[in-house]
Amino acid sequence: MASSDVALLPDKGVRPLSLAGHVGFDSLPDQLVNKSIYQGFCFNILCIGETGIGKSTLMDTLFNTNFENFESSHFEPQVKLRAQTYDLQESNVRLRLTVVNTVGFGDQMNKQESYQPVVDYIDKQFESYLQEELKIKRSLHNYHDSRVHACLYFISPSGHSLKSLDLVTMKKLDSKVNIIPVIAKADTISKSELHKFKIKIMSELVSNGVQIYQFPLDDENVAKVNTTMNGHLPFAVVGSTEEVSVGNKMVKARQYPWGVVQVENENHCDFVKLREMLICVNMEDLREQTHTRHYELYRRCKLEEMGFKDTDPESKPVSLQETYEAKRQEFLVELQKREDEMRQMFVQRVKEKESELKDAERELQGRFEQLKRLHADEKAALEDKRRLLEEDQSSFSKRRAAAQLLQAQSLTANGKKDKDRKNSGFM
Amino acid sequence: MENFSSNNRFRSVFNHDDEDHGKDYVGFATLPNQVHRKSVKKGFDFTLMVAGESGLGKSTLVNSLFLTDLYKDRKLLNAEERITQTVEITKHTVDIEEKGVKLKLTIVDTPGFGDAVNNTECWKSVADYIDQQFEQYFRDESGLNRKNIQDNRVHCCLYFISPFGHGLRPLDVEFMKALHEKVNIVPVLAKADTLTPSEIEKKKIKMREEIELCGIKIYQFPDCDSDEDEEFKQQDLALKESIPFAVIGSNIVVEAKGKKVRGRQYPWGIVEVENAAHCDFVKLRNMLVRTHMQDLKDVTRETHYENYRAQCIQSMTRMVVKERNRNKLTRESGTDFPIPVVPGAGDSETEKLIREKDEELRRMQEMLLRIQDQMHTQKDAY
Repeated sequence: MASSDVALLPDKGVRPLSLAGHVGFDSLPDQLVNKSIYQGFCFNILCIGETGIGKSTLMDTLFNTNFENFESSHFEPQVKLRAQTYDLQESNVRLRLTVVNTVGFGDQMNKQESYQPVVDYIDKQFESYLQEELKIKRSLHNYHDSRVHACLYFISPSGHSLKSLDLVTMKKLDSKVNIIPVIAKADTISKSELHKFKIKIMSELVSNGVQIYQFPLDDENVAKVNTTMNGHLPFAVVGSTEEVSVGNKMVKARQYPWGVVQVENENHCDFVKLREMLICVNMEDLREQTHTRHYELYRRCKLEEMGFKDTDPESKPVSLQETYEAKRQEFLVELQKREDEMRQMFVQRVKEKESELKDAERELQGRFEQLKRLHADEKAALEDKRRLLEEDQSSFSKRRAAAQLLQAQSLTANGKKDKDRKNSGFM
Repeated sequence: MENFSSNNRFRSVFNHDDEDHGKDYVGFATLPNQVHRKSVKKGFDFTLMVAGESGLGKSTLVNSLFLTDLYKDRKLLNAEERITQTVEITKHTVDIEEKGVKLKLTIVDTPGFGDAVNNTECWKSVADYIDQQFEQYFRDESGLNRKNIQDNRVHCCLYFISPFGHGLRPLDVEFMKALHEKVNIVPVLAKADTLTPSEIEKKKIKMREEIELCGIKIYQFPDCDSDEDEEFKQQDLALKESIPFAVIGSNIVVEAKGKKVRGRQYPWGIVEVENAAHCDFVKLRNMLVRTHMQDLKDVTRETHYENYRAQCIQSMTRMVVKERNRNKLTRESGTDFPIPVVPGAGDSETEKLIREKDEELRRMQEMLLRIQDQMHTQKDAY
């Protein structure tokens, strides 16, 4: 674990003293080393490259082991990342290695969004570390650091220049992770072509402002080696897990009809340089850079997004906690305001609805009255008609009775007349 | 592979000439000889298209195939410029001569193919180019003056597949599917010096399977006749099983085992381009130039071009029939009669005339109807 650096400034009140004898605090680095050996180390590598370019083979070759990989298909619809964690041990040093591979990178017809899953993965690791750091009860010393420490970008050996996808992806990643570009399958490029290719790649990276990882030059022990190695970037590598007998030894190599490419022969490829730089010399520096540069950048951007600042408008330093409290208050106030607003709106709506309903009621009432009136009118009219009808009926029955009487009278009168006639006839 | 079958026939004709002269000898056995003479006089032409991503060695291979330098002043784009690059089509034509036989060779290149970040439909300009050449030939063939027709049709397309993957990629499949019915596709496994012999075998088998699975019809070598000698049959079989050809190209001459050969020099050895144990370059060259060039042209002429022509004519007559059917639906006129599709109706001029006449008829029908309507309204008015 990279410890937070306590910068030793040459303070005015501190004067250097010389010792009269051996005290023994020169064993401090040893104590540190023992502690870290006890804790174990952790390293995360991200390999980005087209399908089939040799990422898994190179990892196998680098760490001299078989990571159980399987061939991916070319027809993945989207780029995915596959992370696998392994526990390795060399002498008494334990290493927890996480290898993250891209799956389906560079296969799609439209590669405009290909870089996004990679960026998302790196950010996610940073985010989970940030969350752990901000927790109230945190256990950073036990935390399994999953942040990506090194990114090996595999360049296809076309011999001309970088591909457009390479440029776009590296630009998106150079501020988030230590990029180490490597030329994959380098046994297809001759020495002179390789020289030109490397120059072209580096000039393209420089002219497009892509910042790749430079091996550190501040430590005199390794500065010389690192400087020469910096000049050999990007490393042209060949990977192989098969062994071929050369001379009287078995070496890792690839056997061709025209010769044998030895992986660990510095004349054939830069594999040894890569292994030395990546693992033997600069692994710890890679982790430190990730923590102090890339993670800090991420953290700063994230917190600024949330609205935190180091100094308030009067340029007085503001502590994170105060800012956090202030933010929280602000948030609560806003919440309250919103609640009130909503309540008001609710009340208003209720009122509106009420008045609407009232209007509707009144209208209905009016119509009801009207209908009633109509009904009453019609009833009255009907009554009149009935009376008339009854009157007609009574007068009609009277007349009928009178007519019947008359008829009966006339009949008897006629009958008398007939009788009289009859009688008179008889006489 | 120095004994070409045609050469054999050629020599045997001469032998017969000496022996049977005088018996029942007619003399038409010299016809191949006459054909030979005429063709040498006329000269040959061949159009080869190369397609594939940048950096797969297309230019180097073409230069190696024809032993010239066709790409002298080539400008390669930077990665930044290639992000939004579009596909161009460039043509280089050279005249080369060998033992009195003249060949006009045209190489069609497709710079920018597969190089941009978004490659959707990048094969379209290639397909359009091939169709354009067909259309041009179609028009020329149907023209009145057919003396000097320039045949710019693409006879063969070498498609370069990247050896750095596990097999075919989506881009490869889409390109080949789009063009397999327009041009003879010969797939080529580029930069094969990155693969060991066992890896090459596995990849070839895998690619052949994938090609068949996706239904891609690559150029098939014609089967040899059963009366050819065993050696020839073996060669033919070996050729068919070498698809896709694993090639390496080189413009540089290096010294290997005391000889000067074309090759690539590595710290661990020298790859010889013309060594059959190192790569299939020799097979490809023989197939392309020495034995199957004429067959490629024939297949282009007889299959791909005829397909294009038939489609073209069909779509034209379909247009005309559709118009007439439209007429039928909107007006009940009795003037509709099916114009017979004349077998020799490859004449675009008569098609145009037919269409014009149809237009006229329609216009006259419209006028007639209008007059009828007017009469009706006038009648009603009264």
